[in-house]
Amino acid sequence: MNKIIAAGLLGLGMSVSGLAFAEPVKIGMITTLSGGGAGLGIDVRDAFALAMKQANNPDVTVVTEDDAMKPEIAVQIADKMIQSEKVDILTGIIWSNLAMAVVPSVTGQGIIYLSPNAGPSPLAGANCNANYFNVAYQNDNFHEAMGEYANADYKKVFILAPNYPAGKDSLTGFKRFYKGELAGEVYTQLGQTDYAAEIAQIRASGADAVFFFLPGGMGIAFTKQWAQSGVDLPLMGPAFSFSQDVLPAIGDAALGVKNSASWSHDLDNAANKAFVAAFQAEYSRLPSVYAAQAYDTANLILSAMGKASISDKDAFRAALKEADFDSVRGSFKFNTNQHPIQNIYVREVVKEGDVLTNKIIGTAFENHEDAYAKDCKM
Amino acid sequence: MQTALLIEQILNGLQFGVMLFLMAAGLTLIFGVMGLINLAHGSLYMVGAFACATVAAATGSFWLGLIASLAAAAAAGALIEVTVIRRLYDRDHLDQVLATFALILVFSEGTRWVFGSIPLYLNIPPLLSGAIPLPGGSAYPLYRVAIIGVGIAVAVGLHLLITRTRLGMRIRAGESDREMIGALGVDIRTLYTVVFALGAALAGLAGALVGAIQSVQVGMGEPVLILAFVVIVIGGIGSIHGALVGALLVGLIDTLGRFLLPVALAAFMGPSAAASIGASLASILIYVFMALVLAIRPRGLFAAAG
Amino acid sequence: MSRETLISLVIVLALLAIPLWATAVGETFYITLATRMAILALAAVGLNIALGLGGLVSFGHAAFFGIGGYAAGILASHAFNMEPLPFGLPGTNAMPVIWATAIVASGLVALAIGAISLRTAGVYFIMITLAFAQMIFYFAISWPAYGGEDGLSIFVRNQFPGVNTLDGLTFFFVCFGLLMAGLLLFSLLRDSRFGAALQAARQNERRLATVGIAPYRIRLAAFVISAMVTGVAGALFADLNRFVSPSMLSWHMSGELIVLIILGGVGRLAGPVAGAMLYVAFEYFLGGITERWQLFLGLLLLAVVLFARGGVVGLLAGKARHG
Repeated sequence: MNKIIAAGLLGLGMSVSGLAFAEPVKIGMITTLSGGGAGLGIDVRDAFALAMKQANNPDVTVVTEDDAMKPEIAVQIADKMIQSEKVDILTGIIWSNLAMAVVPSVTGQGIIYLSPNAGPSPLAGANCNANYFNVAYQNDNFHEAMGEYANADYKKVFILAPNYPAGKDSLTGFKRFYKGELAGEVYTQLGQTDYAAEIAQIRASGADAVFFFLPGGMGIAFTKQWAQSGVDLPLMGPAFSFSQDVLPAIGDAALGVKNSASWSHDLDNAANKAFVAAFQAEYSRLPSVYAAQAYDTANLILSAMGKASISDKDAFRAALKEADFDSVRGSFKFNTNQHPIQNIYVREVVKEGDVLTNKIIGTAFENHEDAYAKDCKM
Repeated sequence: MQTALLIEQILNGLQFGVMLFLMAAGLTLIFGVMGLINLAHGSLYMVGAFACATVAAATGSFWLGLIASLAAAAAAGALIEVTVIRRLYDRDHLDQVLATFALILVFSEGTRWVFGSIPLYLNIPPLLSGAIPLPGGSAYPLYRVAIIGVGIAVAVGLHLLITRTRLGMRIRAGESDREMIGALGVDIRTLYTVVFALGAALAGLAGALVGAIQSVQVGMGEPVLILAFVVIVIGGIGSIHGALVGALLVGLIDTLGRFLLPVALAAFMGPSAAASIGASLASILIYVFMALVLAIRPRGLFAAAG
Repeated sequence: MSRETLISLVIVLALLAIPLWATAVGETFYITLATRMAILALAAVGLNIALGLGGLVSFGHAAFFGIGGYAAGILASHAFNMEPLPFGLPGTNAMPVIWATAIVASGLVALAIGAISLRTAGVYFIMITLAFAQMIFYFAISWPAYGGEDGLSIFVRNQFPGVNTLDGLTFFFVCFGLLMAGLLLFSLLRDSRFGAALQAARQNERRLATVGIAPYRIRLAAFVISAMVTGVAGALFADLNRFVSPSMLSWHMSGELIVLIILGGVGRLAGPVAGAMLYVAFEYFLGGITERWQLFLGLLLLAVVLFARGGVVGLLAGKARHG
């Protein structure tokens, strides 16, 4: 009935040391596989499955289901996976609003949740939980990095984002580190498709650069319209609008855009090289940042399984918190609120042959922590 | 605030209105002639954009893509007319809403099945790239001027089609007395299929034209569909004139609201709060406007048959 | 006992049997599923008053569903955080108070929306109710106070005096009880003079006007009552999910509510119950088999609209008594 990926087809080594704790672990993956945002969920599912296949650990079972990007469906699947599938660990959610619907209630029931994407601020701060591990980022991180990066070159930045919580977190994150003057601050409507009015405002504002956060189709529309407008200012934003899944749709209009992420396919470490090669071999496409995060999530779980038994929740949580795995992001450890301390890089969209992709051009933060850890009493 | 910027924003509002008109024209045409409310119009818009993107990617020519979008949307329209829509003309609006809602699900998941979830690439043709200088030092993208041109052409073309041609005569006759024109020997079934395909082709054209400056992805038709409904409700359902006026009004109000409300609110509060609250209010402005219009004129500005 | 009454009874008993069976075999998740069926059924019973009896095709009932949900979410979050509401009122986690608030709030909004929308008819009414719901949807997404698009979590399920609502089966019985109350209200309304006037307004407006009854007021009353019932269902839905978000207000939700009624049978007493059971089961089982379940849902819907107009109840019980 469910798509059960019984890990254990092709042993490619990389298996985690010590099978002393050969206790079966059942992982429930709730992610978006249908509707508009399915591209991200498919990358998460595929990269997670790749890590499981490489580990070839017969004790892990993964059950995957589609949340259709709807919070109430995600809640229902979480209930089902806990009550009827008896999963030990949940993961997979892409979107902050779905995470806010699912995470507090599942962690309250003693289930461990690992986020492969999305890190809403309440879960990092006041509502942090011992059962919640964020393996991706806190939502503000990438925006903060762009703010820091902008300080070097720009004095008057125009910022815009959609008018919803993640959009506000974005601009707040940018402003937390950006020291210069703001040429303007605009909130667009969620799902807006025409940006002529905003582009005219930017042109008239005398800005020397533009920072924008417009995920999904909104970012594609904005970047295309920007390229046609003839306004010649540097664009920058978080990686979401320029990750591997959307770049082909924007085309050359994206060339030269600076964007921030904790990962890039050209990041120079052995784990990453192996991951990118294996992902390309398996799925014939370049992995996105979401894929990288999901791959790390899978390997983190596998590393903890080598150290502790899932039946001893305290020991298993402690093993997760050690983060003793080869992250494709290089250095990775958990802060006190169980959110990452990691480098955030600045990337530039370039063309390699015929393929648009990102290349690292600098490091905005080394070992960056989020701003909410101090509010977390754990 | 500079006058030049305000003028440019008015131009943006008109241009957004024309985009909405392209979408609303087919919707209101189909309602006017057949009395059918077609929620799946947004899906035909999506079909047009996907056809254009696919053909443009294969041949390298946007123009061939544009032709393909018209053909694909018209074909899809004719297909659903013959298989599904035809059975709905005599039903109440409830059945029509439900059946076309079901068609949205089928089209969306079907398209995703064929093309996957990742947005497609579609860019404007080189001929129309670049910008036209405006007085005051700014510039306006040529492609958007072209969209305005196409919108005007469609409005004029539809007007001429309905008032001057034999097909238009039959359409008008069909609107006023369906049985009589059947009795006069006009093949009403074919007429309806043709009108539905024409409406679908207009949606497909809009999808291709607008898709080139937006994102070609599954579900792209839904936000526009709801705006198009607002447009035709304001204009008077079934009226092409009404759709044009309604579209321009909605385009202007939405654009100027987004631009001016935050500026106005900044007089009372901090710029950040003004930007956020202004945007919240701007997002509901067109619905408030629609409620006002309907409170005064319950059948829209240019009430037609309905 | 007429055939339809019998079938209604069977449908309702079938819904009641699911959680009892689930408890017996230890499959507790099916209790959650049955609770979801009962709540969606109640929401659709509400819509059925406007749509089935009054012929008012409201494409915006998600607005009332969501308002009910937010009533629960907002009151509970104020109670949880010990923050007073405006005017110094306290938050609460008592279900009866929350339900009353949901009823009043959705009723007031329905009065405003209905007063404007009911000036129009037919397709205008469909579109304008849709547009009003969108307006509330966008407002909820962008207004920051209660979570915006991220929604609002209810950390502990609200309480009903004397019972333990944290227990799944108990909460099901609370929802099922309200569903029975909703069905009772529906059947009382249908057979009352008010209901007769409402159905007459649907069938022949002019005839009703000639006997001196203004259809506008009758319809407005029906629309408001309908919204109130859907609002209560929204409050329960928030409690089931321990969460409320703007997606409860989206136009897909409005569409789903109409779908439930059509699947079950328009204007039929147990239609919404049958429809909700079928829909939830379909979503659950098909969703488990294929990611493309919405495609098959679409095809099923098409088949029902085109070939089985009476829905499930129509298939089982034959043509409705009420034309």
